[in-house]
Amino acid sequence: MDLSMLPDGGMRWLDASGPESMIVLSTRVRLARNLSGVRFSTRTTATDRKDILESVARACHKSGQLADAVEFDVPSMSSLDRNILHERHLISRELMGRDGRPVSSAALFTEGELGVMVNEEDHLRIQVLKSGFDLSGALASIERLDNDFGRELSFAFHPQFGYLTSCPTNVGTGLRASVLIHLPGLVLTKEISKVLQGLAQVGLTFRGLYGEGSEVVGNFFQLSNQTTLGKSEGELVDQLGKVVRQVVEYEVEARAVLERDAPVVMADKVWRAYGLLRYARNLSFEEAMNLLSGVRLGVGLGTIKDVDAYTLNKLLVYTQPGHLEDIIGLGVDEAELNEARAEYVRSLLQPGLDDGGDQTEKSSES
Amino acid sequence: MKCENCGERHAQIHLTQIVDNSVTTVHLCEECASDKGVQTGAAAQANPLNDFIASIGMGVGSNISDEDSAIECSSCQSTLRDFRESGKLGCPACYDTFHGHLKDLLRRLHGSNHHAGKYYFADSEESDQARHTRELKKQLKNAVDAENFELAAELRDQLKVME
Ligand SMILES: [Zn+2]
Ligand SMILES: [Zn+2]
Repeated sequence: MDLSMLPDGGMRWLDASGPESMIVLSTRVRLARNLSGVRFSTRTTATDRKDILESVARACHKSGQLADAVEFDVPSMSSLDRNILHERHLISRELMGRDGRPVSSAALFTEGELGVMVNEEDHLRIQVLKSGFDLSGALASIERLDNDFGRELSFAFHPQFGYLTSCPTNVGTGLRASVLIHLPGLVLTKEISKVLQGLAQVGLTFRGLYGEGSEVVGNFFQLSNQTTLGKSEGELVDQLGKVVRQVVEYEVEARAVLERDAPVVMADKVWRAYGLLRYARNLSFEEAMNLLSGVRLGVGLGTIKDVDAYTLNKLLVYTQPGHLEDIIGLGVDEAELNEARAEYVRSLLQPGLDDGGDQTEKSSES
Repeated sequence: MKCENCGERHAQIHLTQIVDNSVTTVHLCEECASDKGVQTGAAAQANPLNDFIASIGMGVGSNISDEDSAIECSSCQSTLRDFRESGKLGCPACYDTFHGHLKDLLRRLHGSNHHAGKYYFADSEESDQARHTRELKKQLKNAVDAENFELAAELRDQLKVME
């Protein structure tokens, strides 16, 4: 399957159409499911995995929701394409293979906001990725798909422990809900540590932009539930939702304080970020993320008016190494990658592409 | 990016910490990271339980005797020792085989060892009926509590039909 055939690149959320999407970029909910009577992934044979994949493929066709899904046969993809899907949060590091070699019959089915990874740590990882802050919408979507799959497949379920998973950290609901949230105000006002420390007390956790163990860059955080057992799906999602709602309020307050107390410093900060992104010739990933954070803050505050959320979201994804290598070719060194990144950023932030804001070129033509 | 400790090797470990009230990230090479006691790479990746369990001061197998660790699941032949080493169970039946150990572990991990979410029935017809019955019983109890005896009688009739 050719990646370019994937509608919206598999990232409909980039359009920033969801609620609060300037601060909460995306909402994800995933469910871990395993087939009853079949060994978990660490112990499956190639035949087991082939059978699992066939069953899931059938269930996808039967379910109206994934009937037209694009299927990716992960082992037959190039490592670059796998990396690109990973950078789009469509497949996990686990599915890519621990040593860079995916297991046989590892697959992804994806359509619109929905997807299912097959032969991951669990037989199925069903997921939905929505724009903005939309936990209830995400839960409703995933429940529908889970019901469809549950009728077609026989899931491993235990009356006491709930849905059984390979790792006991996921057992019960098998549900992990997370939001990708941008918190520059709380970082600048140094309130962030209080917020993050409070998360653990309510069974939540945070990490950086790109999955497990990833560092925090550009003030982007993923907040998610830590526990999966002992609470219902609705309770888990509500609890996360309440906290996220609160964090968004704190962030808005922090931005208001910064604007009130240091308007010039703030304006200087966001315009500098914009200027650097528009004219730099060499950008490391980390620098690009930090500058994008500044511009995003500027757009959120209404200081910068000619950049839209879609462009900012797109830059976040397409400035990652895999996406750049896709443009300039494999085997480039870090310096070339940084040049390509700067060039890509400039091409998207060219003034006047959409809004006719670039006076000089337009007027010389007319 | 160079390691911030030795300044020589390539930094591969990016540790996010909260220091002095702000979030900082330390970039270290594998060697320096392991000198500082940070579990890295394959070791940390292989067992996601490690962090979780270390953070609450309990090893997966802290209370498991040698005798117990040889207990084997008849469906997948994995042992409690395998679980202790990998953090992963072998098959759905392992949850029954290692029930005694898991219920304590799960309580420590999740603060509970009872599922409270969606109830799954492999047979969907049975599931609908069971769900319906449960719902009717709940409504009946509410009706009785609210002394709405007319509604209660109606619900009782419906339940009779279901059974
Ligand atoms: Zn070092
Ligand atoms: Zn087993």
